[in-house]
Amino acid sequence: MTNRNLNFKHRVAVVGAGLTLFRSRMLETPQELAWLAAKQALDEAGLTLKDIDCVVIGSAPDAFDGVHMKGEYLAEGAGGIHKPTIRVFVGGATGVFVPIAAWWHVASGLCKRVLAVAEEKMSHAAKPHTQYVFRYIWDPVVEKPLNPNLIWIFAMEMHRYMHKCGVKKEDIALVSVKNKRNACGHPSAQLCMPNITVDDVLKSEVLVWPVQLLDISPTSDGAAAVVLASEEEARRITDTPVWIKGIGWTLDTTHWTNRDLAYPEYVRRAAEMAYRMAGIDNPRKQIDVAEPYDPFDYKELHHMEGLGLAKKCEAPILTREGVTQRDGDLPINPSGGLLGVGNPIAAAGLMKVAEIFWQVRGEAGERQVKKPVYTGLAQAWGDLMQAGTVIVMGI
Amino acid sequence: MRVGIVGVGWFGFQPEVVDYSFREMMFKAAQRAYEDAGGLDPRSEVDAFVSCQEDFWEGISIADEFAPDPVGGAMKSVYTVTGDGLQCVGQAYMMIRSGLFDVVVVESHGKPSDVETLNEVIFTATDPISLRPLGLENVHALAALEARAYMSKFGVAEDHLEAVVEKAHKAGVKNQRAVYASPGKSRSATPVVAEPLREADVAKFVDAAVVVVLASERVAKRYNDTPVWVDGVWWSTEFSSLEFHDWAFPLHAREAADGAYTQAKIADPYKEVDFAEVDNRYSFKELQHIEALRLAPRGTAKDLLADGAFCPGGRLPVNLSGGALAEGVPFEVHGLARLSYAVGVMRGEVKAEVDKAETAVVHSWRGIPTTTSVAAVLRI
Amino acid sequence: MSGGKPINPRGTKYEKVEFPVFEFPVVGKARYSYTTGEALGRFLAGLKEGKILGTYCAGCGRVFVPPRIYCSYCFKEVDGWLEAKDEGVVVTAVMSYISATRARLERPVAVGVIKLDVPGRQFDDHFFPGIMHYICGATEDDVKSMRIFGARVKAKWKRPEQRTGSITDIECFEVVRP
Repeated sequence: MTNRNLNFKHRVAVVGAGLTLFRSRMLETPQELAWLAAKQALDEAGLTLKDIDCVVIGSAPDAFDGVHMKGEYLAEGAGGIHKPTIRVFVGGATGVFVPIAAWWHVASGLCKRVLAVAEEKMSHAAKPHTQYVFRYIWDPVVEKPLNPNLIWIFAMEMHRYMHKCGVKKEDIALVSVKNKRNACGHPSAQLCMPNITVDDVLKSEVLVWPVQLLDISPTSDGAAAVVLASEEEARRITDTPVWIKGIGWTLDTTHWTNRDLAYPEYVRRAAEMAYRMAGIDNPRKQIDVAEPYDPFDYKELHHMEGLGLAKKCEAPILTREGVTQRDGDLPINPSGGLLGVGNPIAAAGLMKVAEIFWQVRGEAGERQVKKPVYTGLAQAWGDLMQAGTVIVMGI
Repeated sequence: MRVGIVGVGWFGFQPEVVDYSFREMMFKAAQRAYEDAGGLDPRSEVDAFVSCQEDFWEGISIADEFAPDPVGGAMKSVYTVTGDGLQCVGQAYMMIRSGLFDVVVVESHGKPSDVETLNEVIFTATDPISLRPLGLENVHALAALEARAYMSKFGVAEDHLEAVVEKAHKAGVKNQRAVYASPGKSRSATPVVAEPLREADVAKFVDAAVVVVLASERVAKRYNDTPVWVDGVWWSTEFSSLEFHDWAFPLHAREAADGAYTQAKIADPYKEVDFAEVDNRYSFKELQHIEALRLAPRGTAKDLLADGAFCPGGRLPVNLSGGALAEGVPFEVHGLARLSYAVGVMRGEVKAEVDKAETAVVHSWRGIPTTTSVAAVLRI
Repeated sequence: MSGGKPINPRGTKYEKVEFPVFEFPVVGKARYSYTTGEALGRFLAGLKEGKILGTYCAGCGRVFVPPRIYCSYCFKEVDGWLEAKDEGVVVTAVMSYISATRARLERPVAVGVIKLDVPGRQFDDHFFPGIMHYICGATEDDVKSMRIFGARVKAKWKRPEQRTGSITDIECFEVVRP
């Protein structure tokens, strides 16, 4: 990597994006959801499936859909039949990884136009509760016999972060309030809550202390899609391509009980990789808007620090000062994020990429941030609190 | 920018690896691959790692979690492709050709012996609404439907399947990791699994891990004096629903091969390819795949096979390793098993009866009930 | 309300099922017997004898509990085995009010990560031998006030004849009151 050549033969742009509604239960099958999002992205780019050379699919655990080899199953709805179709997977971080993988499909010169589709249907696994499926995420030998609930690990990470940085629950709840209010501007949103207060979050059902119901994003069904194209194609398709400036991802060790959970080092490494490629040396100044992954409210803060958008332990302060509001100096999750728009896992990550695409193009409507946007960032997180995926996009 | 294979390592290929977990198998395969790549240090010299695996094979949701440590990838760029190992090679090929990566490691492991309910797990890959309510107790029936369609359309008889089985066991006995190879095995003596398929027509499962190191042309010679070049690799999914795919002919294999040949600038594979390693997890699939890979006109593989064209020492040896029928199917490792064997032959490390071993095509199919194939052209 | 893009996102929400749905207990039908392997096999055998075993790497000095046969950081085989003490300190802890199926528990349970002591070795916060387990003897307030962080805990073992070679051979880690 030290010798890496950063002068690419092929620049890659995003030229269209599409989303379904995000809801706790949708009528459509996973294939149909994928198709709805893919069609919208193609329509926005003014393309048809015939124009697409390759397809990249993202979807989180197969157990949700109850379909083994879910990529094979989704190929049809995602427009991937009779085409080279691949499914990539980094747990919850998958949504942002889909356009990363699509990037090298184009940058290699082997595909000119690529459809990147992410889908999740969590409601299938609703018996007795979606949480039960998460049990199979733990180490089968040393953890699963303890009969864990997945919220445990996030609560442990949140509590460790609170302990190390001296953060109060009230400060963390501000994130949930901001994002659920922001979501009211999002046509796909599942949890628009215009009047939610910090008090509501602090009074919501305690699940695994310090995690309460309104600290968490909901379970959702939904799909998202983006179309990527080579420079030549992108210029033919649109006057306003949004360039992929940097990609990065990192996977930390599996053994999460052996390391400090207070700081997401894996996000820092992933961001460093993307920043180096994008020529960013001061993210706090050079990133105009960011969509860090927020399945839990503390994760937005955690990830801002990992991304270098705040110093260690500083994100709660920036949040309290209003810096991260839509009209703030560093708008964070103007879409409403997973907390507000919803969390169909892989689709939620790709929703963030779509949001940055629309923010850079100035097409986010009432979600459009106040400051001018030249460069934006989307990030997702997954596995056993070990995966970070980062994409930097701009004009 | 050419992409070269500079290291290959494997571990297992036993019906049941009892002493080591899948993670330990990955580690051992990785150690061997890095040693083969001139003692490459994965901690400092590898830009990214790709792991090919599926959650339901592992019995772990988001099995990606377990990918980094055993291959030296902790706190580095690691991700999973839910596909055949050769598709991971395809991803690595694209990554290196993009110019952003110089060295990419591909890993795949499979431990079928850990799965207690294989039939149910495989059947869970069928459409949940249209097909799964049938509750098929024998998934091989789906392959048998394809076999019947192919055999009746192209006049293939059970004798031809017999010839494939016989060739696989005869060739496989010379392949040190082909644990199921059993020369002299009589196909007709084995019980019927699903007409027309008998037990001998169906490859067994095997535990294995394979790791492959790929490098850009610029740095390849640092790790290996004789890289095997990947000059083309492509894949295709024909249809998600079996109902709509071509039952008689694997179009997915044809599409994958055509993509790989185009990249490698191969116009006439029958003339330009020296030997092939193709998916034969069902005996009839070998004939189908030979034809799909344009190594024989449609419907003629059976006759050319009978003439000895695809036998060891023949005009265009196919599956000198014995293929999956002799080695077994290690889930998504299968494509890397074909590839690593071909690399051994091309480097001259594996003694095989082949006149010339400069250009090879390797192929894998993801098995029932998928319609996905991947093919790669290798040159030395 | 004009929300900008996406314009008119599609899909159909439904509240209740008005047509038959198919139900497949997929998870129950897919069954596995995981090979523990050399590292975790020996670890589980150790638990049966009331010992917490780990491995170490002489290259970087790291100690691995739960053990593995390789050092993830030096990428080489570990250099040997050692025994960790069955006590240590709480690195992080939470109070769970729900079960694995998200049902409300009658009484909440504390769970945490325990950094284990290994005689003759010191560990910082960045890498340490540690396992997740139940913590007993901690009140809700101990957890909520974060007093539990850094608290000393000791394994409460099942009686030898009840042990099966499982992480559950330890019932919980009990807070050691000074």
